[in-house]
Amino acid sequence: MIKLWFKSGVPWVWLNAAAVSTCLIMVIAVLGLITVRGVGHFWPSKIIQFSYQEVGSEPQTIIGEMVDSSVTPAAMAKSAGYTLADNEDTLVQHLIKTGNRDITGTDFRWIQDRNIKNQTEPTDLLTIERREWGNFYGQFLAVKENGKVVGSGTSAWPIAEKKLAENLVIFEQIEKIEKKDIGKVNYGLERLRLKQKALELEKQWNSATEKQFAAEKVELENQYKQFQTTLADLYQQIRRDSIVAKADNGQEVEIPMAKIVMMFQPNDMGWFAKVGHYFAKVYEFLTDEPREANTEGGIFPAIFGTILMVMMMSIIVTPFGVIAAVYLREYAKQGFITRLIRIAVNNLAGVPSIVYGVFGLGFFVYILGGNIDKLFFPEAAPAPVFGTPGLLWASITLALLTLPVVIVSTEEGLSRIPKSIREGSLALGATKFETLWLTVLPMASPAMMTGLILAVARAAGEVAPLMLVGVVKMAPTLPLDGNFPFLHLDRKFMHLGFHIYDVGFQSPNVEAARPLVYATSLLLVVVILGLNLAAIIIRNRLREKYRALEG
Amino acid sequence: MTAQEVRTHAIDMNAVLLNRANQNETNEISIKVENLNLYYGQKQALHGVSMDIPKKKVTAYIGPSGCGKSTLLRCINRMNDLVDNVTIDGKILLENENIYAQGVNVAALRRRVGMVFQKPNPFPKSIFENVAYGLRIQGINDKYILQETVENALRGAALWDEMKDRLNDNALGMSGGQQQRLVIARAIAIEPEVLLLDEPASALDPISTLKIEELINELKEKYTIVIVTHNMQQAARVSDYTAFMYMGELIEMGTTSELFTNPKKKQTEDYITGRYG
Repeated sequence: MIKLWFKSGVPWVWLNAAAVSTCLIMVIAVLGLITVRGVGHFWPSKIIQFSYQEVGSEPQTIIGEMVDSSVTPAAMAKSAGYTLADNEDTLVQHLIKTGNRDITGTDFRWIQDRNIKNQTEPTDLLTIERREWGNFYGQFLAVKENGKVVGSGTSAWPIAEKKLAENLVIFEQIEKIEKKDIGKVNYGLERLRLKQKALELEKQWNSATEKQFAAEKVELENQYKQFQTTLADLYQQIRRDSIVAKADNGQEVEIPMAKIVMMFQPNDMGWFAKVGHYFAKVYEFLTDEPREANTEGGIFPAIFGTILMVMMMSIIVTPFGVIAAVYLREYAKQGFITRLIRIAVNNLAGVPSIVYGVFGLGFFVYILGGNIDKLFFPEAAPAPVFGTPGLLWASITLALLTLPVVIVSTEEGLSRIPKSIREGSLALGATKFETLWLTVLPMASPAMMTGLILAVARAAGEVAPLMLVGVVKMAPTLPLDGNFPFLHLDRKFMHLGFHIYDVGFQSPNVEAARPLVYATSLLLVVVILGLNLAAIIIRNRLREKYRALEG
Repeated sequence: MTAQEVRTHAIDMNAVLLNRANQNETNEISIKVENLNLYYGQKQALHGVSMDIPKKKVTAYIGPSGCGKSTLLRCINRMNDLVDNVTIDGKILLENENIYAQGVNVAALRRRVGMVFQKPNPFPKSIFENVAYGLRIQGINDKYILQETVENALRGAALWDEMKDRLNDNALGMSGGQQQRLVIARAIAIEPEVLLLDEPASALDPISTLKIEELINELKEKYTIVIVTHNMQQAARVSDYTAFMYMGELIEMGTTSELFTNPKKKQTEDYITGRYG
């Protein structure tokens, strides 16, 4: 009976179905987890005010967001040193994000459920996202201008909001001047210095050039001074206002407006306000730069770096891979050597990526980059230009890493082009090159795109080699900006994959950073998906255009 | 090719098409094969073949599978060069020039000797671009010349009326018979002197086959045609001369009527009467 059942092939079908379902469930679980955890992070959570009294101590007020709860069996809790009454079988604890790191020294604390005497959600409780020291939670008291109170109590809240909006505009202006304008002046000064040094090295530094350079320098310095005066003015404005609030331990704190990113009263928010807040947070996450050792703020530089690096990689790897595959498949004499090369290429795909990183650092960065510096940038010495990890080397290293994929799939595509098509073209008087260029390569282009899709997927998710050849925790400037030559291949950059690692495991405040890890992971998946989708759409277009001959 | 030449050619072709009955009665030799031996590695596939192929006539190669008739055909435009390990000795003279001489431009030769294969092999491009392909390779990109040549070539292949509104459609959407006529149009667009047809109708249905045969009859007024066929009736219907090949040797060649009605060799007689093959 069983034997018959096995023979019928039914178990085999079930096995296949089970394998497919397992894969599906795992994919959905991964995506589901990071989506739920990542997306929820931006929703404004309620602030709860607890009256809390531990056994044998004074009652206290605790204000904060509830982040997590845990239930421990009594026996386990007792052995861990908690004292429990006999009638209690479990110890329920809550993790509360209390913020106010500048006052209490910690962001989070665990409290025991049984010690909570009472919990309320007063509407005048306030969350302030600050540029330093993390969130502040407390009660809004008053707004101050130049040290004088201009409004207090709930009625002053609109004044505070208005003032914050004004201050944020000023802050943006300051940012722009400091980063863009003064950055430009600094860049100009640095270029002048390098030019001068180059001229000196070539022994062409004379009084004429000296005069010219001095003039340019004075010009730049004048610009700098001008920016400085505007800045001083703006700083004065931004330092004028502040907010007074009461922390949960009763201390009154004055927080300067310049330090505030966002402030809101979540318990007082309606559904629409919450949605608005949510999207504001998501927008900040996508477009802002990180703050506080990457645990707060946005991740725009990492998104930008990832996409730019992947594009550079594609630009490098596609022509190389395609040319190599065309030579291997079309021109090289098929024999022992080509077989050897093919085996080598296939094995290259299996080399651990960190090995590529080491190779990139040792060969590209130190040998190639070092020699480029010696030859072309002697004036910068001893500071390296290309002799240090950077965008160019990272792109080339990843191009090398993904080269086998492109070669293999292009070769596959070339071998699938029917002989009759080639013969048709040759019989019309086309040379081999014309045949390749006009018919074979266009027909193989979907296969090339497949290779590129695989390459992009692999490159965008790679972290290990990048740590060695150009990715950093915090890049002060983007590799693409308004200063000539615009695309700075020598600069270090940020990358989503490394950002996840850094935020999740290298951060001083792991608890605060955890939701960001999920959000960043989700974004990395979305970015890779987006890049792949773009390539897939192009491929399907090509496929439709050059669909294989039938009949 | 200048625009003037193309137009003259177009007028020529139309004149030819209008006067279908006007047979060209010259007996010049277009291709002369002299003692041709061909080896695939160690194996000899053609044994000292010699023959004359008359100009503007249809010459058919018949014989059982593997007898070397396709191989011989592919020698005439040096398609066998593409196969690894082939060695060829002997001569093929096209208008008295040895195409296997040193320094012959193979691409230029193939422009003079067009070829149509067993299975239709249109490029995955539009119908127009398929026919214009050979011209584009020669660097002709003038829109006017291209349009005129494409039209004439499609007319020449009896495809114009069916396809004139669909020129920008993908050629792969056509039926098999249409595709094969498109391939013929593609070949005659570059005005070859010789047209090699390698079993052009073997993958087609009877009606398409009939159309191709009619087309061959029309084309022979302008081109020297060599056709390989499995089908003896077809050889009898379309060809003026027939060559019977067996085991890589040319057994007998003569006018079609003579070879079919009065074969000189016993092997030929056995084959055409269906005793083997």
